[in-house]
Amino acid sequence: MSAPDTALSTELMEEQKTALVAKAEVDRLDFHYGDFRALKAISMPVYERQVTALIGPSGCGKSTFLRCFNRMHDLYPGNRYDGQIVLHPDNTNLLAREVDPIEVRMRIGMVFQKPNPFPKTIFENVAYGLRVRGERSRRTIEDKVEQALHDAALWDEAKDRLQQPAYNLSGGQQQRLCIARALATDPELLLFDEPTSALDPIATASIEELMHDLKKRVTILIVTHNMQQAARVSDFTAYMYLGELIEFGVTDDVFIKPKQKQTEDYITGRFG
Amino acid sequence: MDMKRGIRTRKRHEAIFAVVGLIALMIGVLTFCALFVDMAIKGMGRLDWDFFTSFPSRRAGSAGILSAWVGSTLVMVVTAFFAVPLGVAAGIYLEEYGRKNWVTDLIEINITNLAGVPSIVYGLLALGLFVYQFGLGQSILAAGLTLALLILPVVIVATREAIRSIPQAIREGSYALGATRWQTVRYHILPYSSAGILTGVIIGMARAIGETAPIITIGALTFIAFLPPPPVMAEPPFVSFEWLFSPFTVMPIQMFNWTSRPEAAFQVNAAAAGFVLVFMTLAMNGLAIWLRYRLRRNIKW
Repeated sequence: MSAPDTALSTELMEEQKTALVAKAEVDRLDFHYGDFRALKAISMPVYERQVTALIGPSGCGKSTFLRCFNRMHDLYPGNRYDGQIVLHPDNTNLLAREVDPIEVRMRIGMVFQKPNPFPKTIFENVAYGLRVRGERSRRTIEDKVEQALHDAALWDEAKDRLQQPAYNLSGGQQQRLCIARALATDPELLLFDEPTSALDPIATASIEELMHDLKKRVTILIVTHNMQQAARVSDFTAYMYLGELIEFGVTDDVFIKPKQKQTEDYITGRFG
Repeated sequence: MDMKRGIRTRKRHEAIFAVVGLIALMIGVLTFCALFVDMAIKGMGRLDWDFFTSFPSRRAGSAGILSAWVGSTLVMVVTAFFAVPLGVAAGIYLEEYGRKNWVTDLIEINITNLAGVPSIVYGLLALGLFVYQFGLGQSILAAGLTLALLILPVVIVATREAIRSIPQAIREGSYALGATRWQTVRYHILPYSSAGILTGVIIGMARAIGETAPIITIGALTFIAFLPPPPVMAEPPFVSFEWLFSPFTVMPIQMFNWTSRPEAAFQVNAAAAGFVLVFMTLAMNGLAIWLRYRLRRNIKW
């Protein structure tokens, strides 16, 4: 393949010299939608300050898997988790019944497939997570909102229109606003559910670039249906099929010399 | 040639349906317009300032609707005060809190049926419950509570529909940031559904303002020549709720009273009062449309 890929792999080797620490460990995770077993005994680590991509054909359970991390499934009746997702450093099992999903969601942020800003001002969108936590100091909120917008590379475009409705932003800007909204509360882990599937190529490139910067401070788990994207942005890749984890490894290994025939078939486009 | 004839036949069918549809529409619209215009023409002569500021009288020429429109307004205030919080809370509970099971299914069927219960039945219920059991008597409070019950299903249904139109992505976005159910309701569900809720409330009120049967059932007076005590006073304690327990009459009862008189002059009064009542209803519906437009301007999914 071409130049960017080699650049990525040297960078990766660079990074691998620093010891990898697991931010989360998934241990024999099973998930049921009613009687349907959507995830089957998934075990894998999510490394700290790395981007881990979940790939696989539609319906393979990658979004379902992602939404286990912030207990999104708790919002709907009839869902059941088995096994655990242990979040480090405090070894909290995110799926434990006694762990409040609200606490989980306060530690783990999420960015959705379609930009979903609230019909409020740009400022209020970013401030929402802080307000939910009971932050009242105007000063703190203003500082954090500015910082989050900087971190999401939106400050320059938004600084003069903070009081305007978020819907006035373009699709790509809206998605960066949603990223800023998630960043404002300093999450430990950030979940991206196909964050660029509703965006044009230029907006997509800016989001990918952003992820690259963000991983210096936050662990990222991303679901993508786009294999080139997985290859571009991720350090680790997990390939899923029919609710099972088929292969997990360093992205370059998975893409260049996959261990499983099934993974190779999917990646080379012979299947899926 | 065959094809052309086929097209002609089909176009003829199309034209026939358009005509039938138009006639059906006109029967409804024109009937209402005729009634309204007839009332307006008949009653116009009586529509002056005195008509609004005079009490009913034995002489048609000096009779007015003061006690009726004040009574209607006060009853509406009480109705809204009880129906809106109860209906909105119930709607929010059903949509955002209640798990979908047979109990909520049952409640849902019940609410839909309640909306279809004849209003006189509400009147009978209110007579037994509010007037006698609670000892509220034939008061504005009893009437307001009765009409609140009557429009409660309308408010609940409107609330639920407004809430349902909010995309799930907005809720998930809020929950994903660690919001509780109540925070999500408080900061998102309520503000974004307020336009729809308000519309439902006003449409319910527009129905309530014209209700006669339940109000007569609980024993509203048909002839009343005094106003309820004022809610605000010059001396302490400044605010009074005595008016809630005052006897009263409402617009449709006043109309009913006049139409049952033999003198032709009272029919003119009835037409004038009818015109005012229809105008009040239309004004409320107009307000609903305007508010919906205003509140929805900044929200597009």
